[in-house]
Amino acid sequence: MNRAELLACPECDLLQSDSAVPRPRKALCARCGAVLYQRHDQGLERTLALTAGALALFAIANAFPILSLELQGERTDATLAGAVSALWSQNMQLVAALVLFTAIIMPLAELAALAWLLAPLRFGLRAPQFGAVFQLLQFAQRWGMVEVFVLGSLVSFAKLGHLANVEAGIALWSFAGLMLVMAAIEANFDPRDLWERVAPV
Amino acid sequence: MNASAASLGLLSCPTCSLVSRAPAGDGALAFATCARCGSALAYRKPGSIGRTWAFLIAAMALYVPANTLPIMATSSLFGSSDDTIMSGVVFLWEDGSWYLALIVFVASILVPLAKIIGLVVLLLSVQLGWRSHQAERARLYRLVESIGRWSMLDIFVVALLVTVVQLTALASVRAGPAALAFGAVVVLTMMAAMSFDPRLIWDPVKEPRERHSHA
Repeated sequence: MNRAELLACPECDLLQSDSAVPRPRKALCARCGAVLYQRHDQGLERTLALTAGALALFAIANAFPILSLELQGERTDATLAGAVSALWSQNMQLVAALVLFTAIIMPLAELAALAWLLAPLRFGLRAPQFGAVFQLLQFAQRWGMVEVFVLGSLVSFAKLGHLANVEAGIALWSFAGLMLVMAAIEANFDPRDLWERVAPV
Repeated sequence: MNASAASLGLLSCPTCSLVSRAPAGDGALAFATCARCGSALAYRKPGSIGRTWAFLIAAMALYVPANTLPIMATSSLFGSSDDTIMSGVVFLWEDGSWYLALIVFVASILVPLAKIIGLVVLLLSVQLGWRSHQAERARLYRLVESIGRWSMLDIFVVALLVTVVQLTALASVRAGPAALAFGAVVVLTMMAAMSFDPRLIWDPVKEPRERHSHA
């Protein structure tokens, strides 16, 4: 049997072969039901295009206010970076670092890693430090929490709505868009295809 | 074919999922690396049970201050109040925002508790060598893994409220000590879930037949 057709389930270690032709779009482990892989035509090309879009949304989401509050003619804006520095100045450095890490650094790392791995592949090249950057991508996918942050923004918006005049900023819409694009990336990205293209066995 | 890769002396790569034969020779396994991507290989995550317990016990200890200390202190012309996570939920409920109360209750109180209980059940079942309900426990593991991140919700809410209200003259909102404890609970339970190796759930399954064939 070809080595590339052997699969061990990451969640139960059951050894399975992937020699069935045609290969299914989505393969589940025969024993525990974990997703073994999802295959997409043009999945990597689509992922790269979506990554470019996500980077643009990420820039807008970080440059503009998420919420604006108007109280007695006074207006305050909350940007994501502003939230980090507000927590920091209240002696909550660790909480500030956690917000910085999960809402800014890790989502950016995920997008940067995808671009790093996929862009050279368009020209048939293997990006330098391929394995290490792929591991960074796996790490960033777990710790990036854009979708949780979007829900948090909506809850804050609703909570403040009782107290004062709040407005949703451009960044709130951008973050919501970023959340959708990153979900589309997750659905289209096919790591198996990526590894087969850069290093066939 | 109905055997685990490990039982056939095969290692699967956690990074690129290539299956390779374990190197021969004493001690060679400790230095096994993937031929395709160079990642370290092991049959199971090293020290999985001990590490998971360590993160989990730390999370359980911090779950107490996270829920009893104030997460947010509000002061305004109308007085000041310290809110714990639960009193915040109660306030939202009484205010008529039952949907917000429900979201915050699920994300901040139910999810961390479910994660801790779920991981304790998984750890004990593996350590006691249970042979039943593997499929259910595999689903429990996937549930614990996927819901974990949502308990960050309250941290983000506090961060935004603090930012937008701190500068106004009429009121101020400060993050309380529970924010720190709660953030730590989220991180520790996520690390506990990542340390746990779900393949351990299935390892006792094949033992009886193996013993039989050796006899």
